[in-house]
Amino acid sequence: MGPIELTALELGAAIKKGEVSVVEAVQAALEAISAQDRTLNAFITVAGEQALDRAKRLQAGMKDASSPLYGVPMAIKDNICTMGVETTCASKILSGFVPPYDAAVVERLRDAGAVSLGKLNMDEFAMGSTSETSSYGPVKNPWDLDRVPGGSSGGAAAAVAAGLGWYAVGSDTGGSIRQPASYCGLTGMKPTYGTVSRYGLVAYASSLDQIGPLCRDAADCAAVLDVLQGHDRRDATSLPGRHDRPGWTGPSADYGHLLSGLTGDVRGLRIGLPVDCYGDGLDPEVRRAVLTVAEVLKSRGAEVVELSFPVLGYAVPTYYIIAAAEASSNLSRFDGVRYGRRAEHHEGLADLYRKTRTQGFGAEVKRRILLGSFVLSSGYYDAYYKKALQVKAVIKAAFDEAFTRCDLLLTPVAPTTAPRLGESLSDPLQMYLSDVYTVSVNLAGLPGLSMPCGSDSKGLPIGAQLIGPHFGEGVLLNAAHAFQLDTDHHERVPKGGEPS
Amino acid sequence: MTWETVIGLETHVELATRTKIFCSCTTRFGGAPNTHCCPVCTGMPGALPVLSRAVLDYAVKTGLALGCSITRYSKFDRKNYFYPDLPKAYQISQLYLPIARDGAVDIRTPAGDRTIRIHELHMEEDAGKLVHDPWTDRTQIDLNRCGVPLIEIVTEPDFRTADEVIAYLEKLRETLRYLGVSDCKMQEGSLRCDVNLSVRPMGSTGLGVRTEMKNLNSFKAIARAIAHEADRQIELIEEGKRVIQETRRWDENKDATYAMRSKEDAQDYRYFPEPDLPPIELSEGYLESLRAAQPELAEAKRERYRRMYGLPEYDCRMITSDRALAELFEGLVELGAPPKQGANWIMGEVLGALSARGKEPKDMALTPPTLARLIALVGEGRLNRNTAVKVFEAVFDTDGDVDAHIREHGLEQLNDDALVRETAARVLAADPRSVADYRAGKEKALGALVGQVMRELKGRADPRAVNAVLRELLAQ
Repeated sequence: MGPIELTALELGAAIKKGEVSVVEAVQAALEAISAQDRTLNAFITVAGEQALDRAKRLQAGMKDASSPLYGVPMAIKDNICTMGVETTCASKILSGFVPPYDAAVVERLRDAGAVSLGKLNMDEFAMGSTSETSSYGPVKNPWDLDRVPGGSSGGAAAAVAAGLGWYAVGSDTGGSIRQPASYCGLTGMKPTYGTVSRYGLVAYASSLDQIGPLCRDAADCAAVLDVLQGHDRRDATSLPGRHDRPGWTGPSADYGHLLSGLTGDVRGLRIGLPVDCYGDGLDPEVRRAVLTVAEVLKSRGAEVVELSFPVLGYAVPTYYIIAAAEASSNLSRFDGVRYGRRAEHHEGLADLYRKTRTQGFGAEVKRRILLGSFVLSSGYYDAYYKKALQVKAVIKAAFDEAFTRCDLLLTPVAPTTAPRLGESLSDPLQMYLSDVYTVSVNLAGLPGLSMPCGSDSKGLPIGAQLIGPHFGEGVLLNAAHAFQLDTDHHERVPKGGEPS
Repeated sequence: MTWETVIGLETHVELATRTKIFCSCTTRFGGAPNTHCCPVCTGMPGALPVLSRAVLDYAVKTGLALGCSITRYSKFDRKNYFYPDLPKAYQISQLYLPIARDGAVDIRTPAGDRTIRIHELHMEEDAGKLVHDPWTDRTQIDLNRCGVPLIEIVTEPDFRTADEVIAYLEKLRETLRYLGVSDCKMQEGSLRCDVNLSVRPMGSTGLGVRTEMKNLNSFKAIARAIAHEADRQIELIEEGKRVIQETRRWDENKDATYAMRSKEDAQDYRYFPEPDLPPIELSEGYLESLRAAQPELAEAKRERYRRMYGLPEYDCRMITSDRALAELFEGLVELGAPPKQGANWIMGEVLGALSARGKEPKDMALTPPTLARLIALVGEGRLNRNTAVKVFEAVFDTDGDVDAHIREHGLEQLNDDALVRETAARVLAADPRSVADYRAGKEKALGALVGQVMRELKGRADPRAVNAVLRELLAQ
């Protein structure tokens, strides 16, 4: 068994024992990338030489290894700033942009001994559900090369599923980690808003964006989150952990103990099934697979509670108004004046802006900037943006109420398995509607986990979503871990892109 | 018809915090272009703002001093517009829930006392600067000023004359300087003022169509712009034309305003709550601690000096014109200097020395004990006033040791009567002509003789004593 077949934690342990060197692990990943990525297109930038240099230094410093992920090669979504390595957000407008600083998570990963293999393809500025809006071309799903890997963290999902690295760090604004994890058979998590610093994450929708891991199983996810989570003074929305504020008795994160908290014991855990999530529009194969999660956990001593959650019907329009509004403002800085691409042959300032942004942004990004500018414009603000904020508060309250009756919610991640390339982009509204199960989690700032729970008749992975209360990461990961102790969906790997 | 001018002010004040509002870059004025900046204030992708605690403190202190009610739950909003000096393409400001509201400032003008109501005070970030290079015909961007903290203070339309506007601005500047929240230098742009002006028939209560004037960078410019704009509007209306709501720019050289943009071109700033900054929630304890730490302001000091020390109005005004001067004065009094003597020294020598050096009172080295010692030595007759001024000049820049200087230069006043007599006799013997002139009734000759004796004694004698001895000898 080569290192590619190991999980991140298994590889970390093998490195620590000296069975595999960091350099060997990096070489294995780089070989896999050069063999497969021409087809998959998961990477925008492969930083092979930097990775090998770093591997040598890490190997030499083995005695300082404290993290279980020390020396494990991974990759980073291309909307997370990496000092000295081009960061494009898969957009032409940022081509050539080399950040002068590292994102907070990149610093944390480095401190934990991670080796970055490079930067991962994605939907342009994380806007999309298929990774087809990238200006670097679409990413292919390693389970079926005619299908999308999901999005926007599609490069991250495809890379980890195909074994081009042991885990990836992505971002999730409305499902961008969970949905591609689901389409590619991975375990991925969007943590509680504020528990991972956004410093250095190129903003799409600031109040919804959160960085998180895409991994092969729940234990890897827990280990990566232990690295990523923590208070950061450079992000004013970052939440202090319990040990960061002495005397605090309210709810707060207990950072760094997720991996050690995985017991698999789910006795007495109350699993909420929101009936509204299992109705019209849901593929029957997906429904059946997701409900097996409840059965497996029940057999381990959990209870199942049915809930009604009618307010979820408003989540998609609310999400698209808030996300587009913030995006229209966040993306205004890409004007060709200071960095990235500037249009040639412009006459005057307004023309410079117009041409740079017309040429630099793709269609989906333009659509959302226009939508966002519209909902914020004077005369429409109250009817759209302000109303959306009110609905957001209602959705939040509905979740709070639900969590008085259960410990976590079990829902599908997406209504179907991975669609074919080109199928979704032709109907953006349909694509937006497929976000129905994931966006409410971002609106409420809650943690959400996606894990494989079966396959459809075509052999494509199906994902189940677990949603927890604020700081409920440990509950979700432990439930996922319990499920994975009794099942092997997470161990299935794609066989060269042909449906198995 | 007689017309009434109605004016409201929007004043932008740069806060004198050490660091910028959302990052830790320096706020120092000047510096080579683009050297006082970082990923946050240059709007790099992924960079995030974090509110400086000092900016919040300064804004709240100012709100309290202007009699505002402080907003306990306040928020920042984004004001979106494209311009190359604004690297994020939005300014972080406060629209919906500004930090302070509903204040009042009392002003004194020759026409009487008035109260100007403050509509609101909010925090925001400054933008960078565009520098046009006429040689290369290129515009260059300097982002050093990006993120320098500002407060904007908006009044109600309560002014009727330019005098009132100037009195308000002087009061505002004095207050902000006393609080230590800004140096308020108009020429460096740390105090900037936009004037909203309309006219209406005297006695009417409605408001006319207003214009907003920008680029007013001195009190003089403000006064002239107000006069010109009021005349322009009255003339338009009297000719049967309409005033257009627009922004006008004051041209100092042409002594006129011209239109920049009309309301129709006004941008839609698409304000919305800043998602990167959580709301600011202020506790009663926090407000209480700031209230308790508020310094005594100029007006209260003037009143107290009049009452406690019986100083004339003019003196009170002069020595409270700057907080550092008032603090020097209070230090002198505390060390036992007679208040009037202290005030005289400050108004005379101290202000003279500062102006000769082009220095601000807050930057002077001189401390109360040094000046108090000089005043005491003069009072005890151990130093004559002229010599004391020389000593003052010598110790002013470094806050030097007065006694050491006197000792080293042998400047202590000579109270040796025999030596004065001996010297006076020698001078008289050597200058029979002046003696004859004096005796012939020319009083002026005495002055020349006093001067000679003082010179012989290197200025250390008491001139009054020399004068008396000479008269006595000449009368013999």
